Amino acid sequence: MAEQPKIRIRNLHKRFGPKVVLNGLDLDVGVAESVVVIGGSGTGKSVLLKCILGLMEPDSGTIEIDGRNVVGLPRAEREAFMRKFGMLFQGGALFDSLPVWENVAFGLIQAQRMDRAKAREIALQKLAQVGLGEDVSKLSPSELSGGMQKRVSLARAIAAEPEIIFFDEPTTGLDPIMADVINDLIVKCVRELGASALSITHDMASARKIADRIAMLYEGKIIWAGPVADIDGSGNPYVDQFINGRAEGPIQMAVLRP
Amino acid sequence: MNPLATIGSAFMVFLGALGSLAMFAGNAVSHCVRPPLYPRLIGRQLLEIGYYSLPVVGLTTLFSGMVLALQSYTGFARFSAESAVATVVVLSMTRELAPVLAGLMVAGRVGAAMAAEIGTMRVTEQIDALTTLSTNPFKYLIAPRLIAGTVSLPILVLIGDIIGVFGGYVVGVYKLDFNAGTYIQSTVQYLEQVDVVSGLVKAGVFGFIVALMGCYHGFHSRGGAQGVGAATTNAVVTASIMILIANYAITEMFFSS
Ligand SMILES: Nc1ncnc2c1ncn2[C@@H]1O[C@H](COP(=O)(O)OP(=O)(O)OP(=O)(O)O)[C@@H](O)[C@H]1O
Ligand SMILES: [Mg+2]
Repeated sequence: MAEQPKIRIRNLHKRFGPKVVLNGLDLDVGVAESVVVIGGSGTGKSVLLKCILGLMEPDSGTIEIDGRNVVGLPRAEREAFMRKFGMLFQGGALFDSLPVWENVAFGLIQAQRMDRAKAREIALQKLAQVGLGEDVSKLSPSELSGGMQKRVSLARAIAAEPEIIFFDEPTTGLDPIMADVINDLIVKCVRELGASALSITHDMASARKIADRIAMLYEGKIIWAGPVADIDGSGNPYVDQFINGRAEGPIQMAVLRP
Repeated sequence: MNPLATIGSAFMVFLGALGSLAMFAGNAVSHCVRPPLYPRLIGRQLLEIGYYSLPVVGLTTLFSGMVLALQSYTGFARFSAESAVATVVVLSMTRELAPVLAGLMVAGRVGAAMAAEIGTMRVTEQIDALTTLSTNPFKYLIAPRLIAGTVSLPILVLIGDIIGVFGGYVVGVYKLDFNAGTYIQSTVQYLEQVDVVSGLVKAGVFGFIVALMGCYHGFHSRGGAQGVGAATTNAVVTASIMILIANYAITEMFFSS
């Protein structure tokens, strides 16, 4: 890649006690590129995002954002990088002490010190983009369904128009039509804002739609990465098994078979 | 297993916990004194810690003042020192009972709630979400609670002092047949400024302890509902113990010599 990637990860290691989760992971995300990471449950996809965000400290390796290594940076400098990020948490992570619109406007009000009325207007606009009306905006997050919470969380992640957006399973728990609306929205964010996106999903239809490039995580490493068009002809038995969802193949799930 | 090794390793764990608490406290206090502060959040916590604790603290101090008058009267009657009742009530309330009882009640009411709220935010990744929205959790969650705790307990205790003395007065005058004027006079006669001030200093320290332990245990809770439950218990127990230890230390500071 000639130009400098937005995110460049080299030889990343992370373990919890004896359990090795990331084991020498390399990954690049280009400017305005959308990369999707696929991989089995519990392989460390969420851990990868948290390492990039600085919510977890990796054991070793480098993570460069715009060419600057952020691993081990002191907290104050780290906060400057946070402004570039937007994150959709797998579990939503909405603030249940605040109404929906304040959740979405949170970054605008707290970090950008925007006027509350103006932030509310932007929040309502973002909520409309994810198919939620003004009536929902006054509710508390605990009054929403799981899918609605996910969409609010998505609206919050994109509200401040970040340079880099992380989506941890954006379409899980949504009906197929709403999932497609969200896919379109992610594509639109990347195209219109020129944002870089790093997404995690199990949903291959969604991956095909939002990805420029797909990377497969297995046993702590990226074992295959390539343009989305190549995914069916990857020639990699692990990738083939995963995208076709077969129980038989090189990836053995640790379950007891009758 | 070598028993000395067991004691040694337990002691190391204890020192480690103490160190991490000290770091946490230092970090939190540094955010209390550096702008930006969040007046809106401080206000909400003042309401939560101060205003909503009024009934509990009021009732506790009222009945403590009443029982104190009754007990000291029947006790002092044995050596005909009944006239000291008013003085005993006012000194015990302002120096000891109001701050300690209010501290313990607030630890149970507010410390537990703080640990549960912050602990839930931790296990549902809301604290991580705060960080990704460029908001420091120490500044947004912890500093407002520490400030509100430290400010509101002295106010609560001052009100508790008055209610407690009033409780003693009611029992003294209406049950033990003291003359109202004499009772009031002997209440103020031996009261010194330091009695009230030391109680208020205690209250400030206790408020800080309650908020600190609630935040600390909530912030470090792990592993779902069970972890949050453990954090809540630990917050109340450690805050109560620390209040009693600090109470002795502050009393020593003010009244020894
Ligand atoms: N805070 C933590 N402490 C200990 N172990 C952890 C922690 N966070 C994650 N793990 C472990 O790391 C592994 C990877 O977790 P992670 O959440 O990244 O999985 P994932 O790939 O996102 O899975 P899923 O697709 O189910 O969300 C898991 O085995 C998990 O047990
Ligand atoms: Mg995950």
